[in-house]
Amino acid sequence: MSMIDIEHLNLTFGKGRDANHVLDDVTLHVEENEAFGLVGESGSGKTTVLRCLAGVFPFWTGKLAINGRPVDHKFTLERCREVQMVFQDPYGSLHPLHTIATALSEPLRIHGFKDRDDRIDDILRKVGLTPSFRYRYPHQLSGGQRQRVAIARALILEPRILLLDEPTSALDVSVQAEILNLLADLREAEGLTYLMVTHDLGVVAHLCSRVAVMQKGRILEILDTADLTKDTEKNDYTRLLVDASREYSHELVHAATEVV
Amino acid sequence: MTTPKLQVEDLHVQFASEDGMVDAVRGVSFTLGQEKLGIVGESGSGKSTVGRTLLKLHPRTARVNATRLQFDDIDLLSADEKAMQQVRGRRISMILQDPKYSLNPVMRVGDQIAEAFLVHYSVSRTEARKRTLDMIDAVRIRDPERVYNMYPHEVSGGMGQRIMIAMMMIPEPEIIIADEPTSALDVSIRLQVLSVLDDLVRQRGLGLIFISHDLNLVRNFCSRVLVMYAGQVVENIAAADLDNAQHPYTQGLLASLPSLDNRRHRLPVLQRDPSWISV
Amino acid sequence: MTATSSSLAHGGDAPRSHWAALLDNSKRTLRRILRNPLTTGGLIVIALLVTIALFAPLLATHDPLIQDLNNALKGPSAEHWFGTDAFGRDIYSRIVYGSRITLYIISLVTVIVGPVGLTVGTVAGYFGGAIDTVFMRITDIFISFPSLILALAFVAALGPGLDHAIIAIALTAWPPIARLARAETMTLRDSDFISAIKLAGASPLRVLVRHVWPLCLSSVIIRLTFNMAGVILTAAGLGFLGLGAQPPLPEWGSMISAGRSYMVACWWMVAFPGLAIMMVSLAFNLLGDGLRDALDPRGE
Repeated sequence: MSMIDIEHLNLTFGKGRDANHVLDDVTLHVEENEAFGLVGESGSGKTTVLRCLAGVFPFWTGKLAINGRPVDHKFTLERCREVQMVFQDPYGSLHPLHTIATALSEPLRIHGFKDRDDRIDDILRKVGLTPSFRYRYPHQLSGGQRQRVAIARALILEPRILLLDEPTSALDVSVQAEILNLLADLREAEGLTYLMVTHDLGVVAHLCSRVAVMQKGRILEILDTADLTKDTEKNDYTRLLVDASREYSHELVHAATEVV
Repeated sequence: MTTPKLQVEDLHVQFASEDGMVDAVRGVSFTLGQEKLGIVGESGSGKSTVGRTLLKLHPRTARVNATRLQFDDIDLLSADEKAMQQVRGRRISMILQDPKYSLNPVMRVGDQIAEAFLVHYSVSRTEARKRTLDMIDAVRIRDPERVYNMYPHEVSGGMGQRIMIAMMMIPEPEIIIADEPTSALDVSIRLQVLSVLDDLVRQRGLGLIFISHDLNLVRNFCSRVLVMYAGQVVENIAAADLDNAQHPYTQGLLASLPSLDNRRHRLPVLQRDPSWISV
Repeated sequence: MTATSSSLAHGGDAPRSHWAALLDNSKRTLRRILRNPLTTGGLIVIALLVTIALFAPLLATHDPLIQDLNNALKGPSAEHWFGTDAFGRDIYSRIVYGSRITLYIISLVTVIVGPVGLTVGTVAGYFGGAIDTVFMRITDIFISFPSLILALAFVAALGPGLDHAIIAIALTAWPPIARLARAETMTLRDSDFISAIKLAGASPLRVLVRHVWPLCLSSVIIRLTFNMAGVILTAAGLGFLGLGAQPPLPEWGSMISAGRSYMVACWWMVAFPGLAIMMVSLAFNLLGDGLRDALDPRGE
């Protein structure tokens, strides 16, 4: 029994002729304290999987379970304490008119915590910020700082699972390393389980132990990230993604035109 | 050695902002011949500004200064708007990031490409149409006749970008400036678009300036790389020699990129040195 | 882009408390608003209006209601700065006291229209579906009437009088606010920060009040400010038609109406109230313009 169990997950938008089969029989399991990556290109459905777990799309079919307990279609208050999400765009994931203190205290208020100030100071320190950031507004922070606040907000309710939606792709390259290091440290220190969506294989290889390759709503294969660079048997599409993230060459292009 | 097509010496660009004049580009110098030059930098490094300044596409409140801003026989610095209109598209073209925003949504794509040609050359519409179809074929789009009649929203990302390339190449420019042309595209599509760009640049002997934030992409695609930081060029090096980069910013950047082949437990974090900003 | 952290780089001290942060932000916004001289001008006129209304007893030279038939229809003089009307009442004092009525009208209308429009619009925009359809069709019905005609109909049904006129005006002024709030809410509801707080367990009420409303507020305030001019003119129009403020109240519109018959010979009876209406309307328009430039979040 794993931390996250996804079995035969299906999701369709629209009906009849316009039906868009966004997720097609997705099955995967994430163990406790594991970091699991979901890679694919646009339209692969990887972000949709996260959103189903987060309760954004309540009309999925199949089986979802967190820590052995099946998950409701509707989002419940208990799920907040188990699963949280870090969004891609640090500029859009914080309310522009709320101070950092407000953004961090609100989840605590909703769940009736009394020692809010201490918890806020604590979490700020954990993500590498100081308490002096409490009364700043998002537009006064850099991209990396905002993403740290977003991570703090996700962790303040002490979830077991973090869903990460391209957490570094909107950040400058030089800031990416800090955030990736922070995420790796936090997973170890807090015993978290990560399910991370990204299109960058380098990021997946750094943070995750296993990865599922998705295309057009289906999982093509699941493999250990260590095997990505080894010459093991893999799906052609996976091979294409691996090669593309290494270098550009004419041979590669030929392969690309065939597979896609 | 042929003389370089483009010579930029000590380029300075300042923008007007709420807090006064802000330096966007500070003392950038480089030359461009028949080669693929990459300009790499993060947001705020000034790389896009350099590209736009070459075509004088900056806001009127901006201040541009240079010792030399020479394209062939034209002094870009002193060229007026009329002279620049002869240069833009016809001799120097620019490909932008997202075809969604660069293509006119209410005009058929074929007509837009044809218009790009008709603006600079007076030929009959039939002739322009024929050239357009040839160009659409040259960017490896199948069934040019059908695609000619499509509207931008009917066209996928990779095809849209190739249409942009067609539109920008049809007036037969000598230099192409590509500003993050593949950043909005999926990895597999990216390769196709890059290959099209590569072939056309080679076949026609053009100069290409490839502006991007993706150092890995640029080092593989271009022959020479300029690394920009805070408005200055901190590294001007052949792509093949990037591993021997001299400037600590470049070294730090290269080291901090997560890589499939070089897995490390902790990524070295780039430490910014304030001395990099002053020259 | 590197200027995002400029406020930190300039050695700004971190605000010590929530109120300090809010104050900082407000000061900066105020500075932006005041940068435009026209906006500042509008703000001054409005401040003048409020001052005059507050200190009317001190500023007026005569009692606005006392008649003096011997002095009727006299032009501007040292004693009666703006002249007298058909009943010998001092026009200047009537305008001064009339400012209270004008202020009363726009405050009451705003206090009704703002919250009602905001609530209807944000609820419709957030929940969508049947709720949205019902609310928007109701809104459509109100919008399809020209405001003066609708106001007339209400006043005709309810009877003439200032308070009825205010209700009538409010009933016609809320739909555009609702539409605006709905449009803003629809763009906001898919934002990541809304998803994030929903993920933390926020109820729809909390999301609407604490997250959506603050972001709709600036557009609504700007729209309300622009509306003020229209409200004043509609009230004046109703007053002109005898359906708003009833005599002897010194409402500016009814003053113009009363002066209509004497307009050619006694220009001051119409000119001064007209000027007052024009200046206040203009002031609100200029303020609205300036607010829009200063508060537009895209400018940030």
